[in-house]
Amino acid sequence: MAVNLATLRSKVELALAGRVVAPFTYRDRHAVETVSTGIAEIDSLAGGLPRGALTEIFGPACSGRTSLLLSALAARTAHAEACALIDGCDAFDPHSAEAAGVELKQLLWVRCRSIDQTLRATDLLLQGGGFGFIALDLSDMRAEVLRHVPLDAWFRFRRAVEDTPTILVVLEPESNAKTCASLVLRMEAEPARWSTTLETRAPDFFRYPSSWLLEGFGVRAELLRSHMQSSAPNGFKKHFDSAGRSETFETNAMPGFLSVARIEPAPK
Amino acid sequence: MAFASIHVPNFLVQAVVRAEPNLRDRAVALVDGTPPIWNVVAANEAALRSGIELGMAESQAAQFSAVEIRRRSRLQEKSAHAALLDLGASVSPRVEDTASDTIILDIAGLASLFGNEENIATQLMRRAAGLGLVAHVAVSSNLEVAVHAARGFAGITLIPPGEEASCLGPLPLRALLPCAEILETLDRWGVRDCATLAALPLLQLSERLGQEGVRLHELARGASLRSIVLAELGVHFEEEMALEFAVAELEPLAFLLGRLLDQLCARLEARALAACAIRLRFDLEDSFEKDFQILSENSPPKLAPRTYEKVLGLPVPMRNSKMLLKLLRLQLQADPPHASIVKIILSAEPARPRAAQGGLFLPSSPDPEKLELTIGRLANLVGNSNIGSPELVDTHRPGDFRMGRFLPAVGESKISQKNGAAASIHIRKEDTSTSRRAATAFRMFRPEVQAKVELQDGYPVRIYFRGMRGNIVAASGPWRTSGDWWREDLWQQDEWEVDIRFDSSASSRSERTPNPRAQDGLYRIYYDSIRAAWFARGRYD
Repeated sequence: MAVNLATLRSKVELALAGRVVAPFTYRDRHAVETVSTGIAEIDSLAGGLPRGALTEIFGPACSGRTSLLLSALAARTAHAEACALIDGCDAFDPHSAEAAGVELKQLLWVRCRSIDQTLRATDLLLQGGGFGFIALDLSDMRAEVLRHVPLDAWFRFRRAVEDTPTILVVLEPESNAKTCASLVLRMEAEPARWSTTLETRAPDFFRYPSSWLLEGFGVRAELLRSHMQSSAPNGFKKHFDSAGRSETFETNAMPGFLSVARIEPAPK
Repeated sequence: MAFASIHVPNFLVQAVVRAEPNLRDRAVALVDGTPPIWNVVAANEAALRSGIELGMAESQAAQFSAVEIRRRSRLQEKSAHAALLDLGASVSPRVEDTASDTIILDIAGLASLFGNEENIATQLMRRAAGLGLVAHVAVSSNLEVAVHAARGFAGITLIPPGEEASCLGPLPLRALLPCAEILETLDRWGVRDCATLAALPLLQLSERLGQEGVRLHELARGASLRSIVLAELGVHFEEEMALEFAVAELEPLAFLLGRLLDQLCARLEARALAACAIRLRFDLEDSFEKDFQILSENSPPKLAPRTYEKVLGLPVPMRNSKMLLKLLRLQLQADPPHASIVKIILSAEPARPRAAQGGLFLPSSPDPEKLELTIGRLANLVGNSNIGSPELVDTHRPGDFRMGRFLPAVGESKISQKNGAAASIHIRKEDTSTSRRAATAFRMFRPEVQAKVELQDGYPVRIYFRGMRGNIVAASGPWRTSGDWWREDLWQQDEWEVDIRFDSSASSRSERTPNPRAQDGLYRIYYDSIRAAWFARGRYD
């Protein structure tokens, strides 16, 4: 039996010669370099965004996925990294992005109109290489459409970013990348925060709606999967593989042109 | 003082072969004349050995199946001459444009750059080969001697000072380019080379052949003295090609463009320059069907343009012909010419090549040339207007922006990296320190979604859009804005920020509408006073 196994092994190695180096040798997983998302709570939960891996962020509409994306983009563009956003539904708002601190000059925005265009554009960008951060925004696409994306597309994306410094982030309404994603975060919205300029809160909202201001909303992020082995600054290694851990963070309403006068600036 | 002369033998044939490199090892004959009479005007060695003779009719030449017959191309001769001048300028700034096939360079003082005269001549030969030309090079302290040696001897000829006459001696008289009458006279005298002519007594020669005889005598002795006439070398890079048969398909066109780009890039390289833009112009074929463009049913037909022009702007100067060809192909695929092409003119705007210093600790950034190609491919996929870097415009119009060119800055980090490598290694620590409270992001609906809104005491309480019905549980507004009243597209809106809870039992829900409960959240809606309708602008996410 042992002889047969050895023969079989040598035959497989011979067949894969030139294509796969040492197919039966265990390849130790490298420590993944992670970068900050720009939100301390998410960083403490997930250990940051991994380079050379696919990160999946999913949740229903208004669950803070885009806020997290813009925060990560702001952090990357502040480090002069070239970033790309493949916008599956043409929903990106540059004003909102700039308010979130994104350096728009460092951002390549690809506005797509269909899932085919979006996937092909992602392929092209990944092949081109050199980007520090690529975001694939499929948030507003119907879940039925995304379920029909072949699994090999996610495998292709994962393989394309492997051993590169690129961070690939996918925003979706549901998780579809399965095991191709190294980090999976589920987002949920907490109730919105409103404030009033009245000294005493009006019992009947509709009597004084114009005195109410949108302050922001809370977001609950749950870590569903993490294959990372991150090296912490103090030297010990920590596995982020405990599914189900969650953190909550708050967002501040965008200080847009309308809201400047009525929204408190974010604490420095 | 030393001069180098570069001569391109059989220039007419070489000009054609330069544009068609596959003819380099073939027998080639060129025909020229007035249709329908075409005669052979030039042929290479292989064609002459096959039996081709100058002056032969095209129909006779066509009998030789091994010989490629081509039309003489003055456009390609012009390009080859420009390439020859570029070759000279790549070595010395002092160049004389002696003839279409010959130039002279002043190479005095170039020893510290290229080495001795032999090295300079070798460099010239090599660079000529790079431009697709086979050249003869001669170096002499006498300008005319260098010219005639280059015309008369193949390869590299170095003539030491004082040995001009002996070196030119075996040269046939034809190399001195005398007029036909004098050449015939000298031939009848039995004078057929420079050594014999130089041995004739000058006074008697002058009596019989006049000043022309004296000039030829001086040339044959290598004693002619004249100064170099410097040419004004411009930086105009243009390659042209007239096509015998019109080209309508992209594949053969790309093949031709590839050849021209190779030539253009070789010329740019010879001058140590790169292209910051490529201008493409096609002369289009007259075609009866495509001559008229009908703009609309009522408008009169408009004559279609006879030319097609395209400018390929490059973010960084480049001279990689393969990369440029890919970019041109993408442009042509997106906007093809409306008729077959009969002439191609390709020109490059020269610029200094990009010089970049890489850094170990700089953030990753796409290679500019590769990035341009990727953007070109993406533009082909999603359209030119749908790719770029967003730029905010100076207006209060909601959601207004424009798309700019994506030119990422490299190494201009906002966050100071005081400790270089240390900062890079402990990037997580540094990043965490920059964490701050997230700003609420807004997602746009493009185009905006028309909605039906129910009001109570002037405030929104219920909304219907995208086949869903929702109750507004909280609202903030109205925030009134208006602007651009002097334009046709003025706006006047009352904006509301609303918290909507959708009703999952709405009867109007179809299969294509999303799950209403999954759409609950904060939205921005507005009432457009101009259109008298409600719209949903987008939602917070």
